[in-house]
Amino acid sequence: MKAVKIIAIVLLVAFVGIQFMPVERNQSDGVPKTDFMLVNDVPSDIKNKLQVSCYDCHSNNTQYPWYNKVQPVAWFLEGHIKEGKAELNFNEWDSLSSRRKASKLRSIIKQIESGEMPMDSYTLIHKEAAFSEEEIQQVIKYMENLKDSL
Amino acid sequence: MKNLKMSIAAMLLLTLSFANGQEKEKMNHDHATMKMDHSKMMNMNNDAKAEVILTDYLSLKEALVADNTKKAAEAGSKLVASFKAFDRTAYTGEEQMELIEIIADATEHAEHIVKSELDHQREHFKVLSKDMTDMVAITGTDKKLYEQFCPMYDGGTAWLSMNEDIKNPYYGSKMLTCGKVQKEIN
Repeated sequence: MKAVKIIAIVLLVAFVGIQFMPVERNQSDGVPKTDFMLVNDVPSDIKNKLQVSCYDCHSNNTQYPWYNKVQPVAWFLEGHIKEGKAELNFNEWDSLSSRRKASKLRSIIKQIESGEMPMDSYTLIHKEAAFSEEEIQQVIKYMENLKDSL
Repeated sequence: MKNLKMSIAAMLLLTLSFANGQEKEKMNHDHATMKMDHSKMMNMNNDAKAEVILTDYLSLKEALVADNTKKAAEAGSKLVASFKAFDRTAYTGEEQMELIEIIADATEHAEHIVKSELDHQREHFKVLSKDMTDMVAITGTDKKLYEQFCPMYDGGTAWLSMNEDIKNPYYGSKMLTCGKVQKEIN
C-alpha cells in the first residue's frame, strides 16, 4: 500500500514538474500576404473547413484549447506542428513556385482522398476537424480546379 | 514525510537534467547542420552534374520496377545528395531560375521516397519523373533516353528509361510491360 502511495506521489510530482518545461507555441501576429486564403479566391465554406481542419498544424497559428497547453499533450502537438509546417505551410503558399504548388496540391488531394489527413489522433479530439464524404468531394474538387489553373 | 521530500527532490532533479539534455541535443544538431553546409560547398567545386542525378534517378526507377522499397529508398537518398551537389553556375539566369524550382520540387519528392511505402514512393516518382524530364530539357545528357508512358497509372503517367523495352516502375511485377515509348531523347 505504501509503495502505491509513493508511486502515485512520484507520478503527480512528475506531472506537475513537466508543466514547467518550456514549450514553443506556434503563434504569430497577423496573416502574411502569401497566405493561401489571401491569394486564392476560396469559397467561404471551404475556407472555414481548411481553417478548422488544417491550419492548426499547417500554418503559423495554432488554436490552443486548454488541453493543448497541458504536458505531455503540448509536446506531442509541438512535434506534429513542426512536421506539419515543414510539409506544408498555408501561410507561405504564394512563396512557392507554380511547380511546387502543383506538387503540394497533388499531395493535399491524395492525403484527403485517402483519409490520411486530417490525422485520426487529431480528429479524435477535434471532432469538427473531420471531413464528411461530401466535404471531401467539395475540397478535392476545389483543389483540382486550382491545380489546373496554375 | 521524509520519503515525500526525497521523491519531490528526485523528480525536480530529473526534470532539470532532462531539460538540460534537450538543450544539448539542440546544440549538437546545429553543429551537424553547420558541418553539412560546409561539405556542400566543397562539393559545388567538384564534378557533380546532371548525369549523376540522372544515374541516381534511373537506379531508383530500377528499384521500383523490382518492387523493392528499400533499394528505392536508398536510391532516393543518393538522389537528394546529388541534387544538393548540383552545380548550376554554367547556365543562363533564366535556366538557373527554372533549375532551382525543378530541383526544389524534385528534392522534396526524393525525400518522401526515402521515408515512404512502395505505393507512396510511386506517387512521388510520378512527379519526380516530370521534374527530371524538364531538367534534362535544360541540361541535356550524353545518354540515349526513352520517355515512356503508361496510360493506366493515375490518368496516364510518364517516366524515363535507357532501354527501349518497357519495364513499368509504377506497377512492377503486377503489370511489368504496360506502356509504350512516347518520345526518344538524343
